[in-house]
Amino acid sequence: MATMTERPIKVLIAKPGLDGHDRGAKVLARGLRDEGFEVVYTGLRQTPEMVATAALQEDVDVVGLSILSGAHLTLVPRICALLRERGMDDVLVTVGGIIPDEDIPVLTQAGVAAVFGPGTTIGEVATFLREHAPQRDIE
Amino acid sequence: MTGSGHDPVTRGTVLAESALAGDRRALARLLTAVEGRTVVAEVALRELHRRAGRAHVIGITGAPGAGKSTLVNAVVRQLRRDGRTVAVVAVDPSSPITGGALLGDRVRMQEHAVDDGVFIRSMAARGHAGGLAATSGTAVTVLDAVGYDVVLVETVGTGQSEIEVVATADTTVVLEAPEMGDEVQAIKAGLLEVADIVAVSKGDRPGAERTANLLRTMLASSEPTTARGDIGGSRPRPKRPEVLLTTGATGAGVPELVAAIDRHRASLDEEALAAARVRRASAVVWEIVAERVRRRLLAGELAGETDALLRDVAAHDVDPYAAAEALLAAYRGHTPREEERG
Repeated sequence: MATMTERPIKVLIAKPGLDGHDRGAKVLARGLRDEGFEVVYTGLRQTPEMVATAALQEDVDVVGLSILSGAHLTLVPRICALLRERGMDDVLVTVGGIIPDEDIPVLTQAGVAAVFGPGTTIGEVATFLREHAPQRDIE
Repeated sequence: MTGSGHDPVTRGTVLAESALAGDRRALARLLTAVEGRTVVAEVALRELHRRAGRAHVIGITGAPGAGKSTLVNAVVRQLRRDGRTVAVVAVDPSSPITGGALLGDRVRMQEHAVDDGVFIRSMAARGHAGGLAATSGTAVTVLDAVGYDVVLVETVGTGQSEIEVVATADTTVVLEAPEMGDEVQAIKAGLLEVADIVAVSKGDRPGAERTANLLRTMLASSEPTTARGDIGGSRPRPKRPEVLLTTGATGAGVPELVAAIDRHRASLDEEALAAARVRRASAVVWEIVAERVRRRLLAGELAGETDALLRDVAAHDVDPYAAAEALLAAYRGHTPREEERG
């Protein structure tokens, strides 16, 4: 009962771009649900604008992007810029999928807090999000 | 951040003002405050409640997988064609074990993702039974107040008796998937009884037409309902709900459904509307009262006393009625303090 006044961390799991491989995103969405997160899943083929709008309307703490198409260098900086433009500077952005090591600094520079490659466990993701999700002052 | 860094009263006031001025970020944050039952929300509602009452609130309920989100998507499309702005409150269940939730209703509503005339918000039920979150009614009030013409409320996948949406909505649409049951299911008490309109989903599937006909037969044969059958009010029910065949995926039957929804709203006379408003007010107020009592008894200096009493009941040393009386007495003995709330 005491937990009713605590806000669970709210996470948007989105798949921007055109690849149709959503198994990973769905497994993560379900896994984070089991870790006590409120997970908004948006489905496949999101444009950066769709992701940013969903993040705004849902007032999420975390945006998790799953990309397997190789288009991350185009999509991720665009999404980060849109989030900032709309006043969501404090939202934690993470990326999962197949991301070459040399691209990680570019994404970090764009505003990504963490890149989770293949083999990352749900527990590792959950721990990272709990430690880094913004502390919301919703009194 | 809008109004952050200030005290809750200032923040609540600023958020309400910004949301009313069309700031969608402020609106989203306000809905978070409402879900968290915070002082910020409480302050904002002082202003917003006065401004609500203009939107047509439409409830859509039905079994899991019946096609609610797909239908909501198609209904939003039709309403947008008519030039109406739409807010959607889509509720999904929270895990009773971990408190987590998977909110998946947006998946079916992607085509409206970047339409400025549409605002979609997912809500986790957070342990509340009845098909909605405890704070869904207040979220609807906020969306109504900021000026959306229509607020669509999609319940969690319901079974037979999660009819709370009726208290929130002006018009309740019950969605039935084809071949979900026989005539006996159709005449059981509960969900179908509260329908203003029954929509049979997946109209392109074999059996859909048959299901619609069966429902028409069973629902049409019922006597005109009176106040006795109503939930907490005296709103007269239609003598028989219209039964419509819809295919959310293609949009077939959706213009007819929206027309039926509008007809229903137009058919509500002043008395019926007043009764609906009282029903909604009572649901919202009682929810707040219950939450306040629960919060006071479970937090702060009374928590120990409450816990001890519950253990006594569990040990069969105290009966539940005596424990409840003792808790109410303890509640009355403590005046609220501002810092306990929030």
